[in-house]
Amino acid sequence: MNANLKMNADTQVLLDVVHARKSFTKGDGGELLVLEDVNLRVNPGEVVGLLGRSGSGKSTLLRLIAGLSQPSGGVVNYLGTPVTGPAEGISMVFQSFALFPWLTVYENVALGLEAMHVARDEIRRRALAAIDLIGLDGFESAYPRELSGGMRQRVGFARALVVHPNILLMDEPFSALDVLTAETLRTDFLELWSDGRMPIKGVILVTHNIEEAVQMCDRILVFATNPGRIVSEIQVTIPRPRDRNDPAFAALVEQIYVEMTAKKGRTAARITPASGSGIDMILPRVSSNILSGLLETVAAPPFSGRADLPEIASELTLEIDELFPAAETLQMLRFAEVEGGDMQLLPEGIAFADAEVDERKRLFARHLLAYVPLASHVRRVLDERSTHAAPSSRFLDELEDHMSPEVAEDTLRAVVSWARYAEIFAYDDETGQFSLENPT
Amino acid sequence: MSTTRTAWSTASRGAPSRFDLIALVLVIGLLAFLAAASKGVLAPITSLDASPVSLNPWMLPSYVARTTLRMLAGLSLSLLFTFTYATWAAKSPRAGRILIPVLDVLQSVPILGFISVTAVFFMSLAPGRVLGAEFASIFAIFTSQAWNMAFSFYQSLRTVPVELTEAARSFRLSGWSRFWRLEVPFGMPPLVWNMMMSMSGGWFFVVASEAISVGPTTVTLPGIGAYIDLAIRQKDLHAVGYAIVAMLAVILVYDQLLFRPLVAWSDRFRFESEPGTQQPNSWVLDALAGSRMIARFLRRLRGFGRMLGAAVRVAPGVMSADAASNADKLDRAATGIVAALLGLAIWQAVRFLAPELGWHDIASTAGLGAITALRVFILIALASLIWVPVGIYVGLRPQVARVIQPIAQFLAAFPANLLFPVVVASIVTLKLNANIWLSPLMILGTQWYILFNVIAGASAMPGELRHVSNNFHVNGWLWWKKVALPTVMPFYVTGAITASGGSWNAAIVAEVASWGDEHLSATGLGSYIANATSEGDFHHIVLGVVTMSLYVLLINRLLWRPLYYYAERKFRFE
Repeated sequence: MNANLKMNADTQVLLDVVHARKSFTKGDGGELLVLEDVNLRVNPGEVVGLLGRSGSGKSTLLRLIAGLSQPSGGVVNYLGTPVTGPAEGISMVFQSFALFPWLTVYENVALGLEAMHVARDEIRRRALAAIDLIGLDGFESAYPRELSGGMRQRVGFARALVVHPNILLMDEPFSALDVLTAETLRTDFLELWSDGRMPIKGVILVTHNIEEAVQMCDRILVFATNPGRIVSEIQVTIPRPRDRNDPAFAALVEQIYVEMTAKKGRTAARITPASGSGIDMILPRVSSNILSGLLETVAAPPFSGRADLPEIASELTLEIDELFPAAETLQMLRFAEVEGGDMQLLPEGIAFADAEVDERKRLFARHLLAYVPLASHVRRVLDERSTHAAPSSRFLDELEDHMSPEVAEDTLRAVVSWARYAEIFAYDDETGQFSLENPT
Repeated sequence: MSTTRTAWSTASRGAPSRFDLIALVLVIGLLAFLAAASKGVLAPITSLDASPVSLNPWMLPSYVARTTLRMLAGLSLSLLFTFTYATWAAKSPRAGRILIPVLDVLQSVPILGFISVTAVFFMSLAPGRVLGAEFASIFAIFTSQAWNMAFSFYQSLRTVPVELTEAARSFRLSGWSRFWRLEVPFGMPPLVWNMMMSMSGGWFFVVASEAISVGPTTVTLPGIGAYIDLAIRQKDLHAVGYAIVAMLAVILVYDQLLFRPLVAWSDRFRFESEPGTQQPNSWVLDALAGSRMIARFLRRLRGFGRMLGAAVRVAPGVMSADAASNADKLDRAATGIVAALLGLAIWQAVRFLAPELGWHDIASTAGLGAITALRVFILIALASLIWVPVGIYVGLRPQVARVIQPIAQFLAAFPANLLFPVVVASIVTLKLNANIWLSPLMILGTQWYILFNVIAGASAMPGELRHVSNNFHVNGWLWWKKVALPTVMPFYVTGAITASGGSWNAAIVAEVASWGDEHLSATGLGSYIANATSEGDFHHIVLGVVTMSLYVLLINRLLWRPLYYYAERKFRFE
């Protein structure tokens, strides 16, 4: 049967994800949807990218495919058979490398083969071949702690390839590396892939780096958050090897930025107070430093109030994971508009950038109370109470009616950090008390 | 092309090396020791009366061997218990909800409590033979070692990094090999540390664990504990001296032959090693690792392990949905059984105690418990006043720490009974108050945990923090208040928790002390249990033990645990 599968893998659809959804049960028995109706097909010879920011469910989807968790609905078919657990023929490269620190490079690579009960001589032959292929020759007896991040991830690759998988899953494999190392590893990987020297038929790459997706993938699926879902699919037809300075490359990156900021309808709906008090809005934890830094940068030349998001990203070396939440927060606070991959400052945004510290704080406080319902809600409760104090559990309980405990905690933390900057209320982490007093 | 080499296979081919020689001596020595020490275990119990323990120093080596063998047996049982109980508790949330509180209770039951309650049962396992009493003694040692080991392993299992578990699963390691390749190695360094602590605990109670009371009679097993006991009863200072020397030797040998190799070996399983820390080493480990003979033996052992793994794989299958639901059923049933047993035990205890004891008894035991609690608190406070500054001083000076650590380790294992001659004689001749002056014995072995932990905390202080305080001239009291004390706080609390629990346990041997026919007793729950034990009064033993467990449990829940979480949250470096 195994041989049969291998043969089919050359022609057949490798992977077929049909209407997959994933949800978790909340504390109150409700359901929290993290992945909504995902359809995905991987054909032999394809590199498919899953692009989105954190919380968009792309890693959740990868874990469904890897058989590490089961979908709540729909099905993941690998070579026509539903995946019910970690499947032979699908292997994974991890963001944090996930090497066993007490095993040498060789032992780490051999582990997967040992689990498959391959004969000892065969293990040795294949492990050494994989180590050789991935450029780790001479490091066989080293322990992971002796290696640099780049070399560690090479071990991660060798370990995944040695079992001769049909599909290689990569979970942000380069994001824990420095820029230079990541680039070297990417080009090495692409070279091996283009030369067909790796025993794999298809690749799924999870990333939040737009350039990386364009450089590596044949097809990019763009994910959105709340709930995680695929919002668009982009074919990359630029011939390999791809050059980042190629105008077609830059144009595609720009296009993806536009796509990722375009779904204004839904984003805006989420941000405008919809139901009742509107405190059910999920807030990202963005530091006020990033917010003012972003406003200053866009206000100053050469942008002078209007900027292209890819350009700011490279100017400020911000990942989209940081840039998008910051941009959306500014939009929510009515300091800026984000549309079509561009950010346009509103008059208040420009005023903020020009102002001194105290004036900035006053402006920020006004907008925070006006446009973030949770902030005004907390302030109102504190004003109404004679003690001018309230425990954090009072607000967490309210938030947890609408979101998971972790998200509720994050949302409350986001408001705390903005409110501290705006000096509209205080919070004591040790006692978990909100108050109107200034700390002594 | 280079080949892989692990520490175990570096032996070159050809003639036996000098490592082989050392390894050979070690192995033959071990076998001879086992044979000698186990002699007499199967003899009829009357042989104990025929050849009672004697104070002849030439008998000491064989006594030490017997005791050591018991300790090893206890440690092996504790490991077995750890790998099964803690694993079950960590893998099944349902079972964990019952097993972990049970472990918490077991940990708070004084060691002597187990011995007197279970002795009859163990004696009946091998009627009329020494073996039965040995079982009881080994069980007592087991109870002084197992709980903290199980706790440590449970903690490790719960904190295995998610991505490592995912990697192991995605490479389709079976549950069996995941356990041995990932979970056991990950939990090894803290487990070894806890084994060392357990061993110290075992030595501290060595006298108690070799005197098995069955009703009014006491079976004395040959061993160093019995030797010490006899020396004290006969007021033989020479014999006490010999015992001290023997203890010193045996703890040293244990450290060199067992723990140092274990620590050095387990260091490679450390998940992240802080830079600059010195790697532990051991000549025994080097010899074993360098030996070709041992390497061959280990290969065999691994082959056997693989076979065992294959056998296990056939049994529960590769976790098909069916097998999973069966495992779930099994887990449900087993958890149910544990819960039922627990209920039964409580009911039995109540039924056993209720007709014999009145409210008056309960109130007076509770009062005695309060007195012992007061003693423990005062002693911990005093020990902290002394050892926290010392620990900080030592911890900031690695050279000093290297000298102090082994000494403190030895003192932690030093049985309190060996100090009875000095303490009792001074109290009697100086006409001191036994209620006050017996107390220091309680903290004799346990204060060192405060010192250990504070040293560890101080040596973990980030260099930058020290530079900052130097830079701003933060000195004197300000330095202690704002820099040193907060830095060691989480470590200190951990040490104080261990010390407090240990002191409660030690109360049973420390609140009563004797030297020949001089018997001193301090008012407290410890002396209450000790006296009830020597009178063979089961009702009062059980009442005392239950009361003490409740005290320890309550103090842990209401004081130490909140304090621990507070210190972790506020003072831990991330």
